[in-house]
Amino acid sequence: MNPRLTLLTAGRVLRQIRGDHRTVALMLVVPCVLIGLLAWVFTDRPMIFDTIGPALLGVFPFVVMFIVTSIATLRERTGGTLERLLTTPLGKADFMVGYALAFAVVAVLQGVIASAFAIYVCGLDVAGPGWMLIVVAVLDAVLGTALGLLASAFAHSEFQAVQFMPAFVLPQFLLCGLILPRESLPGVLSAISDFLPLSYAVDAMSAVATKTDPFGDVGTDLLIIAAWIVVSLALGSLTLRRRSA
Amino acid sequence: MMNTDAAIVATSLTVARGGREVLHGIDVTIPRASVVGLLGPSGGGKSTFIRAVVGVQIVASGEVRVFGEPAGSPALRRRVGYVTQSPSVYGDLSVRDNVAYFGAIVGASHADVDRAIETVGLTDHAGQAVANLSGGQRSRVSLAAALVGSPDLLVLDEPTVGLDPVLRRDLWDLFHRLAAAGTSLLISSHVMDEATRCDRLLLLRDGRIIADTTPADLLARTGAPDAETAFLALIESAEATR
Repeated sequence: MNPRLTLLTAGRVLRQIRGDHRTVALMLVVPCVLIGLLAWVFTDRPMIFDTIGPALLGVFPFVVMFIVTSIATLRERTGGTLERLLTTPLGKADFMVGYALAFAVVAVLQGVIASAFAIYVCGLDVAGPGWMLIVVAVLDAVLGTALGLLASAFAHSEFQAVQFMPAFVLPQFLLCGLILPRESLPGVLSAISDFLPLSYAVDAMSAVATKTDPFGDVGTDLLIIAAWIVVSLALGSLTLRRRSA
Repeated sequence: MMNTDAAIVATSLTVARGGREVLHGIDVTIPRASVVGLLGPSGGGKSTFIRAVVGVQIVASGEVRVFGEPAGSPALRRRVGYVTQSPSVYGDLSVRDNVAYFGAIVGASHADVDRAIETVGLTDHAGQAVANLSGGQRSRVSLAAALVGSPDLLVLDEPTVGLDPVLRRDLWDLFHRLAAAGTSLLISSHVMDEATRCDRLLLLRDGRIIADTTPADLLARTGAPDAETAFLALIESAEATR
């Protein structure tokens, strides 16, 4: 891996996103709209909003970056730019970490705006420090990017890539503790949810929301998410082949 | 003995794609600092040969060496510029951002970027998004993204498709200027007229090289008035002796 080439690639991806104003608007505004909607739904039950709200702040960056990355990488594969890049000194790690860095930057923006909107406009009560919401959101975004890079290797068309969102993400969403606390799930499902990364994203967000001193819990959760990121990027790099048939 | 003076040496190169053998043991030596045309009909294996030269093609047997190194080896990645058949650039970036990105990867300067854009005649469009350009302009952006690093070997897959005659002439002039300055060029085309613009010709048909010659020699040997007729004559004589 070469830091200069990695940063070059991250800069290029950011420039692509910046040029697409509608995508930028969707990435930044949609989470706020959904948080606002949720707050409105639970107007008379603010306790529920305080439980689900932070968890959603962790789910948004994961889902959005997963979709955007899997489509973007698929376009690189089908458009020939990936093949061209692999004939240059750019390494596979430069390519993947470049993408992860770019979307981490987008996640900081998205996290700051969505968290601020949730806390100051919708009155979300967060017991822990607000900046930790952003830290967790950024790691969730990088996780989404890493899994999106991996998933794109198995998609041969943009139709398939979009279908991977429900296939990869919705089961995790059902089991992550938002619908039912994870410890109340049937035994097998509870065990599966202990394995899935989104569970730890939601756990980390809940810890920040409910504990004044959440550092220990969040630290463990973030370590598990980081491990998932490393494994996904490693598996994803195996799918980037310099030579193909 | 290895011929290190050559730009490209293919030895018994055999490639299968989709369970079908598309290159059948190709032996060919391509000299340095000249414009070598790889001509032949679509589906004859031109793109596959080119992919083998830049090292992205899985090879069944045999090998390709570029400047004495195995094709695709790390030492070559800075020295070989590759332009794929369909323009492989980012539609949502401007012309300059595209060329600057591919240039920066191989260590090109800002001046190199401007020069590459000027060389392909897109200076007036440098700030425009590639997606808003015409097909011919897009393929020139793709070419600029390869030129920007001043590679020792330029491998171009059908670079002149869809370009108007004036631009096509300008590009061939450019290719000869580059060759005169020491760059080796391998250029594929299915337009036989372009054969006469090359220093050397490789005619590839059904995965076999049926001629490795110069344009003048091709016409002299077949007695044909133009490259298209000469190519037909070669195919007929090849089939007659089979």
